Amino acid sequence: MSTQTVIGEGHVERPPPLVRWYAEHRRAVFGTLVAILFLLFWEGLSRGWWADALRPLIGHAADPLLVPPIFISSPSRIAAEAWRMFVVTREIWSDLRFSAMEYALGLGAAIAVGMPLGLASGWYRRLSYAVGPFLAGFNATPQVALLPLIIIWVGFGLAAKILIIFALAVLPIAISAQSAVRTTDARLLKVAHSFGAGEWHLFRTIILPSAVPFLLAGLRLAVGRAMIGIVVGEIFGSAVGVGAMINRSGSRFETDKVFVGVLVIAAAGMLLAELVHQIERRVEAWRPSV
Amino acid sequence: MATAEIELDAGASAHPSTLARFYREHERSIIGGGTLLAVLLIWEGVARSGLVDPLFLSSPIQIVKAGIDLFEGGEIWTHIQVSGSEFLLGYALSVAIGIPLGLATGWYRRLSYLLGPFIDALNAVPRLTLMPIIVIWFGIGIWSKAVVAFLGAVLPILIATNSGVRTSEARYLQVARSFSASELKIFTSIILPGTVPFIFTGLKYGIGRALLGVVVGELYAATAGLGYMIGEAGDTFQTSVVFFGVLIFTATGLVSVGVLDALERRFETWRPKAGAAS
Amino acid sequence: MAVKLEARDIRLEYYQPRTDTRLVALDGVNLTVMDGEFVSIVGPSGCGKTTFLSVVDGLIAATNGRVMVNGRVVSRPGPDRAVVFQDASLLPWRTVERNVVYGLECLGIADAEAKARARKFIDMVGLSGFEHHYPHELSGGMQQRVNLARALVMDPEVLLMDEPFAALDAQTREGMQEELLRIWLQAKKTVLFITHQIDEAIYLSDRVVVFSGRPGRVKEIIEVGMERPRRLTVKREARFHAIEDRIWGLIEEDLKSRIAGDRPPDTPRD
Repeated sequence: MSTQTVIGEGHVERPPPLVRWYAEHRRAVFGTLVAILFLLFWEGLSRGWWADALRPLIGHAADPLLVPPIFISSPSRIAAEAWRMFVVTREIWSDLRFSAMEYALGLGAAIAVGMPLGLASGWYRRLSYAVGPFLAGFNATPQVALLPLIIIWVGFGLAAKILIIFALAVLPIAISAQSAVRTTDARLLKVAHSFGAGEWHLFRTIILPSAVPFLLAGLRLAVGRAMIGIVVGEIFGSAVGVGAMINRSGSRFETDKVFVGVLVIAAAGMLLAELVHQIERRVEAWRPSV
Repeated sequence: MATAEIELDAGASAHPSTLARFYREHERSIIGGGTLLAVLLIWEGVARSGLVDPLFLSSPIQIVKAGIDLFEGGEIWTHIQVSGSEFLLGYALSVAIGIPLGLATGWYRRLSYLLGPFIDALNAVPRLTLMPIIVIWFGIGIWSKAVVAFLGAVLPILIATNSGVRTSEARYLQVARSFSASELKIFTSIILPGTVPFIFTGLKYGIGRALLGVVVGELYAATAGLGYMIGEAGDTFQTSVVFFGVLIFTATGLVSVGVLDALERRFETWRPKAGAAS
Repeated sequence: MAVKLEARDIRLEYYQPRTDTRLVALDGVNLTVMDGEFVSIVGPSGCGKTTFLSVVDGLIAATNGRVMVNGRVVSRPGPDRAVVFQDASLLPWRTVERNVVYGLECLGIADAEAKARARKFIDMVGLSGFEHHYPHELSGGMQQRVNLARALVMDPEVLLMDEPFAALDAQTREGMQEELLRIWLQAKKTVLFITHQIDEAIYLSDRVVVFSGRPGRVKEIIEVGMERPRRLTVKREARFHAIEDRIWGLIEEDLKSRIAGDRPPDTPRD
């Protein structure tokens, strides 16, 4: 009912095309407009447009509307800095390569450990009882607090970064895998049982296929969580990596560079989440859309 | 759980012994507690055997001792106070802003068009990456951590509340309209009660995010706080102190979520018990 | 007897922006219900009977035509009409009592008075003692009783009932039908009742309106003409079956023509 409107009295003609186009893309139109206004406002703050415009009216009360770029940078400065780092000096590429490697290894390890553990504890009730307290405790802990321990164990190197990314990503994966098995449709299990399916066969033909959407949803969560690891893992004395670059630039008040780094990580996060989402849509083709 | 699990062991007669019955009724706690105990014992054993440098591993008893020392030394109270204020400030702020804004953006479509782009953008950025900028803005005192905790917690709360409002069941809205309920009445009698479970989900999720913000902030730049204490202890290889600090965070997370669970149950006496888990 | 409810030339069109098409849901529906009368509307699913009820309640504004209660034109929901909703639609976070007083609350009636009035109708639908139960603690039949009490407590001129028993099992449904007639005789209300169950419509009503679908129109109105009070056993009498056959024939025609894709010529039935 939401996509159709009742035609009221005296309004039987359909609306003109422009109005219809707007009605259909209202969200996008609004969003773009708001985004552009926001960027303009930001740019104006750092260039003093608003302060200059209002000074004749309200005098020095307008001064706070000029914010030095060292605090907030500006869209144009960020764009220029990004151009410099990606194209002119190409300095960001080595950081990207390093971060991508630690990310891939950390997330890979989280999948390799989290999925089997989650699936098994969903399937074997007693195993879930055994690991339950550990999962609950680990889940309640801000995993980043483990960083000092990790550094004691493996030092400042690549291994520490991989481990912190692993620690952040493993839980969403394990927990979603566990609940995936648990919420398997009992009717399907009954059908399979009545056909005399063995345990392993049951797992492979019923549990696993119906678990895939959950696993992917967990993965999508984990992709975002693991991004935190890039920044946090490189807090301490890392020389390379996007996170290290952000931290270094922050301590030198190079705000433009910080924003470039933040945006790069955000973009990478969105890209990966979208990738998982696309896979989800492929896999879920058999399922009625909601 | 989808399937009710009723198992009868082959050896079990119609009247199992009291011990077996006790086990069956408390299997979860027995296995869970047993495993936990076993892990602690093995940990202690390995640490005492000298196979692994205690510097790396610490041990349960050493951790407890470190905890006692910390409290006797008194210094930890400052750290707890600092971290506690950061957490509470940030979390309270995110509740105070996230819930009303979530309700408002769910209720007024235009407002959601206006704020949607910002919310989506902020949600896409891992907020902890903003840490360096926040320190530039707010310094290394408690406010920068409160802000990071706030940024972490406010979005889950806001988004959960918003989707709670938007998924209000059409049939209840229709009932209200049919009884000529005013907009305010619709909001208080239909929208709000239906959104409560969503709000709690957001609140629980927000706890973890706020704690994470506090820890990262204190590890990054601070002069006090439990995260700072952990970082310092790590630098000086006081492994037991690090473990104890981590455990304080774990306990905080568990207790906070437990309190919210209890609160939720009080709010939700109307819910069928079986469905509450979903 | 006076005319209580009148719907004249109700036409309803939807505009669907996605396909840029217009959909006629109701096409010139005329209906008159007398004071104290029980009228049912039956028809194939999707024939617009529930939509028609929403128009009468004022939840949906008609493109053309008007609805009158006691000769006054109504265009929005009001206390002169109350709906008994499909699948009960009780607010799950309210107890039975709080659900029943909901409409009175919306009118701004003081709590004490609202509760006193609610008590009478909770009693009438046979739910005394369940005032403080939550909907999930009640059976489907009991939930429908609360639904009915919630509408009756408004003391409406017309009671609009939207397939209220559709979700109940067969035995409970029959029990509720008998219950409804008892309450109807007691409360003396004018009722417009929507259902897809032909026997339910006949058993309950003075007249049965047969709708045809797409667009929704009144195909025929049938006088039931059986004495009241009615026992459930009336459903097994020959005259009951005769009416049932006739209505079924009308609906079947409609379904067949819909499957065939166009309307067949009006052939007299034998």
